[in-house]
Amino acid sequence: MQTCQADKLQDEKEGTDVVRQWRFEVFNRSGFPDVHGGQVLEDIKELGISSVEAVQSARVYLIEADFEEGFAQRVGRELLTDPVCEQHYIGRSGAPAGLARATLIEVHLKSGVTDPVAESVMTAIADMGVKAKHVRTARKYVLLGEISTSQADTIAKKILANDCIEDVVIGDEAEPPSPHLKPYELNLVHWPIRELDDDGLVALSKEKDLFLNLVEMQTIQKHYQELGREPTDVELETLAQTWSEHCVHKTLKSSVDMTVDGEQIHFDNLLKETVFKATEQLGKEWCISVFADNAGVVEFDEDSAICFKVETHNHPSALDPYGGSATGIGGVIRDPMGTGLGARPIANTDIFCFGEPDKKLEDIPKGVLHPRRIMKGVVAGVRDYGNRMGIPTVNGAIYFDDRYLGNPLVYCGNIGIMDKSKCFKNPQSGNLIVMVGGRIGRDGIHGATFSSGQMTHEHETVFSHAVQIGNPITEKKMLDVLVQANEAGLYEAITDCGAGGLSSAVGEMGQNLGAEVDLEKAPLKYAGLSYTEIWISEAQERMVVAVKPENLAAITKIFDDENVESTVVGRFTDDKKLRLRYNGELVGELDMEFLHEGVPKYSRKALWVSPKLTEPSLPEKDNYNDELLQILSSYNVASKEWVIRQYDHEVQGGSVVKPLMGVANDGPSDAAVIRPKFDSDRGLAISCGMNPVYGDIDPYWMALAGIDEAIRNIVCVGAQPDRIALLDNFCWGDCTKPETFGPLVRAAQACYDGAMAFGAPFISGKDSLNNEFACEDGTTISIPSTLLISAISMVDDVNKCVTMDAKKAGNLLFVVGETKNELGGSHYYKIKGHSGANVPKVDLGMAPRIARGISRAIAGSVVVSCHDCSEGGLAVALAEMAFAGGLGIEADLRGLPASKDCSRTDAQLFSESNSRYVVEVEPDKYDAFAKLMLNLPFGQIGKITDQKTLLIREEDGTPVVEADIDSLKQAWQKTFDW
Amino acid sequence: MAEVRAVVLRAAGINCDMETEHALELAGAEAKRVHINKIIADKSSLDDYQILVFPGGFSYGDDVAAGKILANQVMHHLREAVRKFIDDGKLVLGICNGFQVLVKAGILPGATNGESQTASHDSRVTITYNDSGKFEDRWVYLAPQTDRCVFIEPGRQIYLPIAHAEGKVVTREPAALEELKSERHVAFKYVDKDGKEGDYPVNPNGSTDSIAGLTDTTGRVLGLMPHPERFVRPTQHPHWSRLEGEADGDGMTIFNNAVKYARENL
Repeated sequence: MQTCQADKLQDEKEGTDVVRQWRFEVFNRSGFPDVHGGQVLEDIKELGISSVEAVQSARVYLIEADFEEGFAQRVGRELLTDPVCEQHYIGRSGAPAGLARATLIEVHLKSGVTDPVAESVMTAIADMGVKAKHVRTARKYVLLGEISTSQADTIAKKILANDCIEDVVIGDEAEPPSPHLKPYELNLVHWPIRELDDDGLVALSKEKDLFLNLVEMQTIQKHYQELGREPTDVELETLAQTWSEHCVHKTLKSSVDMTVDGEQIHFDNLLKETVFKATEQLGKEWCISVFADNAGVVEFDEDSAICFKVETHNHPSALDPYGGSATGIGGVIRDPMGTGLGARPIANTDIFCFGEPDKKLEDIPKGVLHPRRIMKGVVAGVRDYGNRMGIPTVNGAIYFDDRYLGNPLVYCGNIGIMDKSKCFKNPQSGNLIVMVGGRIGRDGIHGATFSSGQMTHEHETVFSHAVQIGNPITEKKMLDVLVQANEAGLYEAITDCGAGGLSSAVGEMGQNLGAEVDLEKAPLKYAGLSYTEIWISEAQERMVVAVKPENLAAITKIFDDENVESTVVGRFTDDKKLRLRYNGELVGELDMEFLHEGVPKYSRKALWVSPKLTEPSLPEKDNYNDELLQILSSYNVASKEWVIRQYDHEVQGGSVVKPLMGVANDGPSDAAVIRPKFDSDRGLAISCGMNPVYGDIDPYWMALAGIDEAIRNIVCVGAQPDRIALLDNFCWGDCTKPETFGPLVRAAQACYDGAMAFGAPFISGKDSLNNEFACEDGTTISIPSTLLISAISMVDDVNKCVTMDAKKAGNLLFVVGETKNELGGSHYYKIKGHSGANVPKVDLGMAPRIARGISRAIAGSVVVSCHDCSEGGLAVALAEMAFAGGLGIEADLRGLPASKDCSRTDAQLFSESNSRYVVEVEPDKYDAFAKLMLNLPFGQIGKITDQKTLLIREEDGTPVVEADIDSLKQAWQKTFDW
Repeated sequence: MAEVRAVVLRAAGINCDMETEHALELAGAEAKRVHINKIIADKSSLDDYQILVFPGGFSYGDDVAAGKILANQVMHHLREAVRKFIDDGKLVLGICNGFQVLVKAGILPGATNGESQTASHDSRVTITYNDSGKFEDRWVYLAPQTDRCVFIEPGRQIYLPIAHAEGKVVTREPAALEELKSERHVAFKYVDKDGKEGDYPVNPNGSTDSIAGLTDTTGRVLGLMPHPERFVRPTQHPHWSRLEGEADGDGMTIFNNAVKYARENL
């Protein structure tokens, strides 16, 4: 234990209180590895700076409290320091003497950014008997070795800190000042709009970051001209949030004039005439609530319902990968929690799109983080939030394409379970508006509007306030008490404070009633927030419940008992007005109808011109081992075990088909299955499908391929084909451009056709537009048109589920579904540097029949393993089955059901034709299987062997692939062996 | 037959309480999940139970260090109550985060001088970051090392999942490790399928001497990093679809033994 070397105590005046700030530094003891420091050193080497020899990391705690040295030593020893591995130092330790040149770097959270550790330390010091006034935490790094100032700066910026949320102090300087902020004094602000001309309206929208276009601004102007007054700032902000693309999806609901290769088609409301229409026409009785609430709700069993929502958090994740993805998953978890009267979250899904992680630093546009850093940060954010919430992350995918460099995509999904009798809200006039959970800070202001705009190289600085910081434990505590309050029936309605914060939560819940809110009552993280900031802040981990006055005491007790803060901030009225007050003074009054129905209807132009594409002419080869190995190790196909294992996929004890299965627990499952109720063997299967590269050829077939893939995956594990519910998540570029919007319209048309063909309704969806990055040089990188299809279905008996790993030597192997000459957009073409033209199509008559056939065979227990053919085609599917089972496969392409134009060996091996399944059947089940496959395209292509070799012969019997399964597996695993 | 009652402690960030309660019920106990605030408010309520379980999760976000803040809370509010619980001959189980709490509160490995607890800051054993530097969910084989611990079936190797970022057991100096061994505190070691110790991933976190779990001098307190409550039925096994005729999950042995002991002795 080191003693206080110098009196570094800092007095700080705030009012009349004089509080000491104690500074603690906690280092590892010598002999105990500094894991974090080691990781930083690795990252520095990766950055190309070789002169740093070692990195020492330390945690720093700045505690303002009136305690004496003796107690400070106790706090250091008993609370902040591990007795075995660590030692603490009170005050500021200098550079270690007698060593190489040392550079000290400290990373502090910017003022106002949530500091969850500080909150826990406050609690713990209170447990020790003293109340601390304020706690802040920081990280300290001692870099040993000769580095220049600019190198230190680079290390700080690229590795140690994120400018959006953190401040860096280099050298032995004082820490940034403590964020004690002055209380806010009411200053009612009007933003005059009535007299502005069009330029003025556009300028006002831009200046205030409203992201409202001219037509919308004119509509608002007219409304206030009619009212005969000017709007206040909070009124315009509320309108901007409520009318944002993020919240109302005005593009997808617009009327569309589309030109398809010269022909005109028209939609009055795109979404209603495509995605919604299929759901309506299918009219499945098991759909309980679709496209209405925070998540889509379907029946699970007699008593329970399942709800599912997938959201994107793209722009925040580009700025702050860790915080962005963490709040992405944290936010989507609150969707099921805020659906109906609240569901209990039971599974997470995560799908990401990044630039390829081996990019050179100099090839990264300004204002963009390196894709490897984005990927590591995004994975860590989802990991830390999902794991801490105790929700298993069971399904996911990662897709790489350099067009995601400036604008990565982060899809986060959550599934919840709820009582069937509690699927609808019923807020009533006179109900109290109670805010539960975290406090409000300046984090996440303008998130909804920001996410609806285009990213630029300046966003890093301009929109740092849009980044939110999550605290999963606050959310978990809130979940724990809300479940109890729900069971006790103590509230009438619930919704989350998502995009738009209180503004959207209260605005939506009170849409048909009216509401009045006293903004000064809302609890704040720190003083100084204006009424507008309180109203629109997207500070995380908050929900709003509508409570009858007579239930207030009971519900408050449930919250209080577990230290969850709740506050009555207003009440629902019956005059259809939204009234905002601050200390009794009216600061905003909006007509609910204008707020929710006033957004102008759009008409948009869309254009689709079929691209003129050709197929490459590649020489045929005698052997395709190299191609198979190359595809297996390509980013999109390679094992994602590095990511999957960082997620807890088994918490809650319901896992049945885990993301990794097989003899060594490392084969890639097609879909996840969980058993959500302890007393029932009924299961829930979750899968997804996506292939943006097909969209470069034709987004219609891309969308159908995504639907077919999600359905294949879910059928492979044994889920019911007639209980599949789908979710759509469109991520697109700037849809005001007809040539960008056209592909979206085509994809939406495919959603209708696919849903109708498979009898699988869409139950929820979301779109994220303007996924573009404006580079400093004026060029724009638009993401490829990206449609994620997620699927859920039910499993009658989880004990009958099937996994993809080859089970036993001697078993027969079949391919069901026809292989066609469809190498367009394939991984085979990609490794050859081509894209091609023959994109995989879906035979909408045959595909559902095949899915049902496979499903019957699994239900009848005649299938022991089943794997879908997708990226990389048949060869990859066979390789994965073989190495996942630790067994060999002998296959003969003569048995492959292939179309007439698919005679080339490379096409048979690598074509990515849809609706194909590889199925393993025990020899004595041959007849039963063949009978079930009657009238479907299927063929026996080989058998499982104990030779540990994948052997594929072409039509004349010569081997075209012959590789031992260990080398195939190694190729597949080495890419992300990070 | 006497009813065995178990209490599963809840706290901010604890998240394995429901499946732990379920496992105890499968083993025949009457289990209840109770928030720590309730127990602190009425410490005598612990008298109603024979088994106290600290389940897994991320208590208080694992802020400062895994289990640290909850351990601090236990030390300052429940130290005597837990001591009495153990001294009364009852059972305490800590799983994952619960194990971290027991170690950081000085309850495990416990003092050797007959006391059931040691001052936490004098502890010579701790649990720290995995060598891999990251959270990992993977399955491990565990070989029991003691016949003193009532939760453990001697000689039966079991297969369970781990899911943690801080699971590496370390001692301050070699002598402390020797003492753990000589005093028979080591409950489980990570081994391979054939029962041999090994490097990563056999030993998933780099734990000293492959230690996966510890017991105290009474053998009635067990802490372990792996999750027995996550393998209580066959379809939880990571390749159940390849196996034939698997009985109860391996994790049930721990709960069954605890309930059996409590039923017969308490």
